[in-house]
Amino acid sequence: MTTTIDKAPQRPSVLKRLPVVHQLRSSVGLQRGMLVTGLVLVAIFLLTAAFAPLLAPYGFGQLRADGELFGSQQRPSSDHLLGTTVGGFDVLSRVIWGSRTALTTIVLAVALSIVVGIVLGLLSGYFGGWLDRVLVVIADAIYAFPSLLLAILAAIVISNGQADKWGGIWATAISITVVFVPQYFRVIRAEAVRIKAEAFVESARVVGAGHVRIMTRHVLRNSTRTLPLIVTLNAGEAILTLAGLGFLGFGISPTQAGDWGYDLNKALGDVTSGIWWTSLPPGLAIVLTVLGVSLVGESLNDLADPRLRTRRRAAALAGAVGTTTAVPGGVLSAGPEGVDGVDLLEGPDATPTPEEGARSRGADGDDA
Amino acid sequence: MSTPVVQIDNLAVTFDTDAGPVRAVRGVSLQVESGQVLAVVGESGSGKTVTARSILGLLPQTARTTGAVLLSRPDGTGTHDVTMLRGSALREVRGRDAAMVFQEPTSVLNPVYPVGWQIAEGLRAHGGLSRAQARQRAIDVLRRVGIPDPEHRVDHYPHQFSGGQKQRIVIAQALALNPGLIIADEPTTALDVTVQAEILDLLRRLPAEFGTAVVLITHNMGVVADLADRVAVMLDGEIVEQADARTLFASPQHEYTRALLAAVPRVGGARLRTAAATDEPAVAADVAPVVVARDLRIVYPGRLRSPGFTAVDGVDLQIRPGEVVGLVGESGSGKTTIGRAIAGLTAVSEGSLAVLGMEMNGVRERRFRPLRKRIGFVFQDPATSFNPLLTIAQCVAEPLVVHGVASSPQAARAKVDELLEAVQLPRAFGDRFPHELSGGQRQRASLARALALDPELLIADEPTSALDVSVQARVLDLFARLQQELGFACLFISHDLAVVDLLADRIVVLHRGKVVEEGSGDQVLGEPEHPYTQRLLASLPVPDPVEQAERRRQWEELREA
Amino acid sequence: MTSITTAEPTDLVPGAATPTPGRRRAGGGLGRYLLVRFLLIFPTILILVTTVFVMMRATGDPITAAQGGRLTPEQLAERIHAAGYDRPILVQYLDYLGSILRGDFGTTISDNRPVTEVLTTYGAATLELACYALLVAFLVGIPLGRIAAARRDRGIDATFRVSAVLVYATPVFFAGMLLKLVFSVWLDWLPVAGRASTGTEIELQRNGAGTGIYLIDAISTGDPAAIQDVLEHAILPAIALGLLTAGVFLRLVRTNVIGTLATGYVEAARSRGVSERRLLRKHAWRPALVPIITVIGLQIALLLAGAVLTETTFEWKGLGFQLVQYLQARDYVAVQGMVALLAVIVALTNFVVDVIAALVDPRIRY
Repeated sequence: MTTTIDKAPQRPSVLKRLPVVHQLRSSVGLQRGMLVTGLVLVAIFLLTAAFAPLLAPYGFGQLRADGELFGSQQRPSSDHLLGTTVGGFDVLSRVIWGSRTALTTIVLAVALSIVVGIVLGLLSGYFGGWLDRVLVVIADAIYAFPSLLLAILAAIVISNGQADKWGGIWATAISITVVFVPQYFRVIRAEAVRIKAEAFVESARVVGAGHVRIMTRHVLRNSTRTLPLIVTLNAGEAILTLAGLGFLGFGISPTQAGDWGYDLNKALGDVTSGIWWTSLPPGLAIVLTVLGVSLVGESLNDLADPRLRTRRRAAALAGAVGTTTAVPGGVLSAGPEGVDGVDLLEGPDATPTPEEGARSRGADGDDA
Repeated sequence: MSTPVVQIDNLAVTFDTDAGPVRAVRGVSLQVESGQVLAVVGESGSGKTVTARSILGLLPQTARTTGAVLLSRPDGTGTHDVTMLRGSALREVRGRDAAMVFQEPTSVLNPVYPVGWQIAEGLRAHGGLSRAQARQRAIDVLRRVGIPDPEHRVDHYPHQFSGGQKQRIVIAQALALNPGLIIADEPTTALDVTVQAEILDLLRRLPAEFGTAVVLITHNMGVVADLADRVAVMLDGEIVEQADARTLFASPQHEYTRALLAAVPRVGGARLRTAAATDEPAVAADVAPVVVARDLRIVYPGRLRSPGFTAVDGVDLQIRPGEVVGLVGESGSGKTTIGRAIAGLTAVSEGSLAVLGMEMNGVRERRFRPLRKRIGFVFQDPATSFNPLLTIAQCVAEPLVVHGVASSPQAARAKVDELLEAVQLPRAFGDRFPHELSGGQRQRASLARALALDPELLIADEPTSALDVSVQARVLDLFARLQQELGFACLFISHDLAVVDLLADRIVVLHRGKVVEEGSGDQVLGEPEHPYTQRLLASLPVPDPVEQAERRRQWEELREA
Repeated sequence: MTSITTAEPTDLVPGAATPTPGRRRAGGGLGRYLLVRFLLIFPTILILVTTVFVMMRATGDPITAAQGGRLTPEQLAERIHAAGYDRPILVQYLDYLGSILRGDFGTTISDNRPVTEVLTTYGAATLELACYALLVAFLVGIPLGRIAAARRDRGIDATFRVSAVLVYATPVFFAGMLLKLVFSVWLDWLPVAGRASTGTEIELQRNGAGTGIYLIDAISTGDPAAIQDVLEHAILPAIALGLLTAGVFLRLVRTNVIGTLATGYVEAARSRGVSERRLLRKHAWRPALVPIITVIGLQIALLLAGAVLTETTFEWKGLGFQLVQYLQARDYVAVQGMVALLAVIVALTNFVVDVIAALVDPRIRY
């Protein structure tokens, strides 16, 4: 039609395009509120963990100061802002130190499961075949099983019930890894399967690119869109599982490290006597941390899915509309492929399937 | 003079977007008389869909509307301004005064309810009918739109019908309440040509048999010529020309209309490749062909002991160097499968397929790989042909890097720039990301990538099907020119006979995996021998109402035969 | 001349590399689908019990783990030999599988009973708790989820969503402890722990129907005081466990209904004048059900894990409570057996869920 000085839209600076900053700027209303609150809570958690030695008035295993025992089940006072536990430890300090334990465990667990999950998911989704089918059945089996129970088993095995610090942390981290690998596996595999069928991957195949190049350059990079969301979900679940293990008696012994779950276990008896200061603080710490992480996850999910996102009096986006990014086990849209045809990351099959007598068409763009 | 069924007065619609307000429709005035068919034509972004949807108030919350849309009741008892209606008043109007037929039948039919229920739904939303009565009405309307055995099929689910039947059901849903106006939004775009002809026939009968007026939104000028009484041409939110169909086609006034009509490919129209004008082969017969298929069969394996699907069933085909072969067929014909088999993306089940001398049946990837340098492929969908995370230059450079011609995309940049220029894209585009380019620009970049290693064979799988008419014309023009300059052999796959006719030296027509006809453009499209080809040709609407009327008559004769 | 309009549908996309995995074939039958899902139960169970076995044997044998420090090496070796833990690992594994096939999940060390008996003794209690919790979850989570989807991004939706996230973030045992603190200790409205007071328990033993499900037993005695007592004990645990699950259901329903509300067919129905309420109730709801049902199936597993924690918090003598007792007694044979048994239950439950989902969605067929 008309001749073209083809123009592209102006691209905002690199800083503004960084992942979280971008979401912050583009969100509005409730979603922005959620994201901000979540980030603040997570920041508090991270800072507490990082500066624990400076923030905590006492050590996690400290029973006395200046030669005097703290005493057990003491009410909150100026010496002990949140009182002491039944074992005689300072509640506030243990809560603060507990954040460090929680952080270490999460980082270990998430790091391990991501690596294993991504590698397996990518290979399985890309190559398909019998390997894929076997892995999928295994992943589905483990995925559907109560994670806490598996974690208990793993904890037994690894620590033989002992609870020294690193033993405890590793036990938890590995047990959480075992239950989370299937999640990463499933998500990455579903993405890999979807992307494998896209035209640009086929184009690379036609050109003659080798498998490794296609997997890394094309498939992997495009599969990781939903990872930040899953990471936040799993961080939350990691904390809950850690606390659960501690509550059931697999916590880390108090002389080794702070452990919120352990504290809650010991506080159970206190509740009946009306003692609230031993259970409330560690419990609230768990709630706030998981809340923060989950809020970040929820809003990331919302913002990534154009259908769920509230825009400033929204309308059509420039650029292609992506598929639903709802994630199994957390923000939810579909289960394991127990329902064949309900693809993992897409809801009920809303995309039109071309059939005989039909072909797909999308009218597209101008040149001018 | 009776009141028009719908009258749009100076309608303006603005959307609030992240990037500020966007004026989709600016000052549109239209009217449709009872029993008339008005076609609203335009390319993407012209505002035609927004205009039509405003008749039913089906715009998103972010739309701000000014102007009036006056819709009258079919029984003549009143007129409502739809822009002023809200809530239950609006709901009453919808379905009763006007109803909509959408583009993709699969996505507008609820997959978990039987079709009868979905039709009856519209009936019962407007009150008064018992379940049994509604069901009977549903059966009736299904019969009238041509669904056989409606008493039983009324209880079937959408996935049990074919694409064409689904569109009929959608039309039945719209007709259930006998509205005065049907708004058809690209009703046949998602359908094959032969099925399209059937649906167009049904739509044409609507005014006579059902008494409804029709507002047809489309970008396809052939469909317009086939159906419309009046035509309104839209560009950038405004109507640039409005006239009755014959006048518009015979003597278009506005420059845009003229350009649009000129850009539409026509069977038997001017060809882009002068060498294709004769019956003689473009290249001497003794040169070794680039592709030879003999009794080629490709079967997709079935799942869990169900029989496989035979996509290609005993095809013989040849492509000679420098020759453009057009492979034509509807969906399910196997044309894409053949293209993919030649490119090594799909395995050959039986028979022989020799590509550049190598036998593809049972070939190992390692042996085929060196040949890949000599083959280029252009895909259909510009939206997904590029890795969204890589720049255009990186994508175009991929063949060069993979085959060792350049060590990295940066090193290949000089060659990439050359290629971009060859497809008439400025060099600066190399640094952009795919989503920053329009569809036409992306297809040209895709062409650049396919030609990066100067291939002997180019396979183009529906390269322009997803593009607007004017954009398509430009891309095809470029294509023809490059083919002439570079002299590659080409397999051009398309469902669009007119497009294929523009470019191909020889045309091969496929139907259900078999070759039904083969020959030059003049032979195949001028004097088709096989009944399927004849039907295919007869079903294709031409952008000329007078001629189309005659062709329609011939199509009907063919159908009775 | 073939009539085009009656052509049989096929759903293979020509030109797709292979028919995309997950693409449904029309026809083929519900029966075949269910058969395949049924057959999949076996590998699932196999994988899980193998995982359990591997984990338990990875660092030796249960007897050493339990009694390691407390017995002399000779006594230890003797017990290990008696229990057969010194045989080659493969033999142990096959023996283990064999026992499971016979329904023998092991015998506990601490109180010397078959694990299956533990299940029958305590299973009813857990079942009762699970039912209460599911009831709460369904009654609260699903309707609220639908409302949230319908009133998306408005005040109500915001409140519900944040509440759901908050509930998720609260460990179920902490929630239980808080409930106890407020309602049992400070307000003294409800009992602190247990399934029923001792008096009621005795009465149920004597006069009750003996199902093990206290509510049914209490109703069968006809004694209103007993019924009230049982219910009073059940409220807090049910709320604790139920709210957690309700939160999950709420977000699940919300996301899926928002998804279906945005589809073409809902918009088409809207264009025919169907009211928003009806759109939500009929058009958007049913297609959303399939993924919802599937994920609800997964939540059964979550419920079991939650039950373990809840029972411990409220001294509700069910499977979970018992499991923890065994853990504390380091009776790892019992633990292993129970976990394996639970794995079987989970696999069977998932199959039932698959059946229900298939019945709801006419498209699911192989």
